[in-house]
Parts: sequence; structure tokens; C-alpha cells
Amino acid sequence: MTAWPLAGLGAMLVLAPLLPGVAAKTRATLTGRRGAPVWQLYRDLRRLWRKGAVYSTTTTWIFRLAPVAGVATPMLAVLLVPLDGQAALLRFAGDFVAFAALLALGRFTLVLAALDTGSSFEGMGASRDAGFASLVEPALFLGFVVLALGTGQSSLSGMLGGETGSSLSWGAGAPSLAMVAVSLFFVLLAEASRVPVDDPATHLELTMIHEVAVLDHSGPDLALLLYGGALRMGLFAALPVVVLVSRAGLTAPLALGAVLVGTVAVAVAVGVIEASMARLRLSRVPQFLVAASVLASLGVILQLLA
Amino acid sequence: MTHLADLLLLLVLLTGFLILGTTRLTTCIRGVAVQGGLLGLLPLALEPLSQWSAHTLGLAAGTILVKAIALPWFLTWAIREAAVRREVEPRVGYVASMALGIIAVAVASAVATRLPVPGDHPILLVATSLSCVIMGLLVLATRAKALIQVVGYLMLENGIYVFGLTSVDRVPFLVEVGVLLDIFVGVFIMGIVVFHINREFDSLDSARLTELRD
Repeated sequence: MTAWPLAGLGAMLVLAPLLPGVAAKTRATLTGRRGAPVWQLYRDLRRLWRKGAVYSTTTTWIFRLAPVAGVATPMLAVLLVPLDGQAALLRFAGDFVAFAALLALGRFTLVLAALDTGSSFEGMGASRDAGFASLVEPALFLGFVVLALGTGQSSLSGMLGGETGSSLSWGAGAPSLAMVAVSLFFVLLAEASRVPVDDPATHLELTMIHEVAVLDHSGPDLALLLYGGALRMGLFAALPVVVLVSRAGLTAPLALGAVLVGTVAVAVAVGVIEASMARLRLSRVPQFLVAASVLASLGVILQLLA
Repeated sequence: MTHLADLLLLLVLLTGFLILGTTRLTTCIRGVAVQGGLLGLLPLALEPLSQWSAHTLGLAAGTILVKAIALPWFLTWAIREAAVRREVEPRVGYVASMALGIIAVAVASAVATRLPVPGDHPILLVATSLSCVIMGLLVLATRAKALIQVVGYLMLENGIYVFGLTSVDRVPFLVEVGVLLDIFVGVFIMGIVVFHINREFDSLDSARLTELRD
């Protein structure tokens, strides 16, 4: 009973850096290039970890706090998600608010650190990051509202776990579940700074969003931020998969396997999107994020009609 | 079978949001074409396979032919003829349009649960039909270009068509054909109007219609 959530946590912590690699490899293959190996991020992390960190004299302790918070917050958030489709390691009523708050806290410290450097580019990136994050949050919460309405539970384990007999199942609940899953996929693209919202491969400070906010971090700090980003991507890639898998009524080992395979499949889907479309113009990004909220609210309406 | 119908109705709603949210004129027309195709499949999904009659098949085929093929082709032709390929130019922004759209769906759903529609139908059917009508009105009211207003009119007619499906077993075939012909004539006339406006004033902006004088 307790072994599978631990296995899920371990798999997520170890395999998370694989996901950006899978997405990048898919993008490279589809655009006719060879691309870096999928475990490139592990190499980068090892290389960065052995380097020293350079700190600008204008920065304060806030700047050094951001990388730690950037890893700690998604790590804590992983504890709340029932990756094995049964129950999470940590669960309490209303913990989905804690889930969103933890991820917001990570972003908040990153934004503060970016502002701490005093660089105008980083300030610009930080403001965009914060602005888009505020548009992502309604979509995330509306998605949770659909699940809470369907299951009558208020913790992530209740909403996404298989323990409780709930009305939300494949069949009658399929349309609203699909809405939530697609909406959460849009949330992933925004939260993990992927293509329609942000381009992880861009090198122009003016158009970068997430990448520019970490420009001044180096060495182990950058390694921590990269790992935290991969973990964040893993978390949001797993979320729509967990939503779909948890309603299929699988047992713990099977569900965990399905979630892991599904998460990698989501990373491949991210790569396909990156290969097939260009980044949206900055003024069009809010429209994309509002579309995610619209999908989730459609799910809420469907759930209320059912 | 009702699951399939629910899925189709949901996709109809999503194409509505696509039309509200898109910046491109051609995407609008493609959206309304897809919506027409989905509506054509709807009568097939509403009835089990064993109860399909010539009437149902004819309705489906006719709807797809008119709503998904002929009218979009006609609109695309109008774009080409009038040489308009620019953006939608909304009076109300895209984000606000989508927000209004979701409010429309919410209101339509609230009304649909209270509306006494005779017969046994999925509640989403009535909700979708009302949402489509309101979204069509929204497009008609908030888009400046005459061509997009035709698309809005089509969405409105699509909503009426979905509502007509609730009484398809009681009202004869001719009523449905009447609805289809109605749209066809309406779009035809509007197409000609669009064509002439463009020729006469070199603009499709309906705001300029107020400047008409003799």
C-alpha cells in the first residue's frame, strides 16, 4: 500500500530531467535534425554541479534563496499528487490549494530573484512570467473544481485517487474529464515554458520569458533551477495523465506504470507541438491561456448539467 | 449512442469558441464548416443504428452537403472574389469574446435545465442549441466585417437546427429542408450584398453602411 506512492515519488524525482530531453529530441527528429540525446539534461546538471557559482555584488540573499525554493516547492507538490492512482503520500482536505500555492511560491521567489539582480531584461521576463502565471491559475483551479464536483472530495488524493467510489467515471464523465485533461495540458505548456507560450530554445532576451529570469544564475544554482523546472514540467505533464488514469479503475502498480508511460507520451506531444507551430506573439498568449480557462469552465458546466 | 451525441455537441461548442477566439477569417470559415459537419453527424448519433431511416440518412447527408461543403466553399469563394484576407477586426476583443461565450454557455445551460422540451433528449442538446444561438448573435454584434457576420448568422442557424433536432421525429422532413433552404437563400443574398459592398465602396466594414446616402 505504501510502497507504490514511494515508488511513484522516486520515479518522478529521478526521471523528471528526462522529459525536457524527450520533448527536445522529438522536436529535433520531426524537424529533420539529430538533436541532443534524451539524457542531455543529466549531463548538464552534472557539469553545472561541479562548477562554482558567481554572484553579482548587487544581489542579496533573495537571489540565493530562489534556486533552493525552485527545487523544494515542486518536490513538496509532488508529494500531494497520487501518482499511483490510489493515494498520495501527503493528503489533507483542500490540499489542491496547497499544491497551487507551493508552485506559486516557487515562481514568486524566482521573480524576486530576477528583480534582485537589477537587470532590466530579467525584470521584463519576471513581469511576463508573473503575468502569465496569474492567467494560468484560473484554468488550474477550474480543473480542480470539475474534479471536486465530480467526486465530492476536496483533497487531490480524493479527487484523483481510486479509493472513493465516485460518480465521475469514464462514460458519463468522459466529456468533462477530457476538457480538464486538455485544459491541464495547456497549463503544462505555460507552466513549463514550452512553445506556444515561451520557447525554451530561444536566445533573444527580448522575447524570452522563463529563460531570461534565470540568466544571472550559474553553476549549482542554475543546476537546481533546471532540475526544479524539469520537476515542474514532470508534475504538470503527469497531472492530465493522472486525471485520465485514475478514473480507469486500475490497481496501483498498473496505474503507476500507465502514469509514467503517459507522462513520457505527454512530453512527446509537447515536442510535436514545438516542431509543428511557432511561438505565439506575446499579445496573443493571454488569449491562449484564457482558452484553457474556457475549456475548464466548460467542464464545470458539463459537470453541473450531469 | 448518447455518449457519442454528447461528444459531438461538445465539439460543436468548441468550434463556436474557435470562431470567437480566432484572428483569421479563413479559420472562422473552417470552424463553421467543421461545425456543419458535426451537426450533420448529430441526427445519426442521436438514434441507435437499428432505427436509422431514410429520413435520418437524408437529413444527415443534406446537412453535411449544405453546411459543411457548399456554404463554406461559397464563403471562401466570396473571400477570394472580394479579395479580403485580413484579420477579423472585432469590436469586442478576442479574450472578452471568449469570456462572453462561456457566460453564454452557462446561461444557456441554466435555461436548458428549466425549459420543458417535449420528448426525451440529452440536456446538452438544448443547452448547445441555445449557446449556439447566443454565440452567433455575439459574432453578429461584435464583428465589423460583413463576411464574419455571415458566419455569425450561420452559427445562429446552426443553433436553431440543433433545437429542431429535438422534434425531428414529430415534425416532417420538409421543415428541416425549409431550414436548410432558409440558410442557403440567406447566405446567398448576403454573399451578393457582400460582393456589391466591396465593389461599390471597396470595404466590407459594415460600419460604413451608415454613410449610405442617395
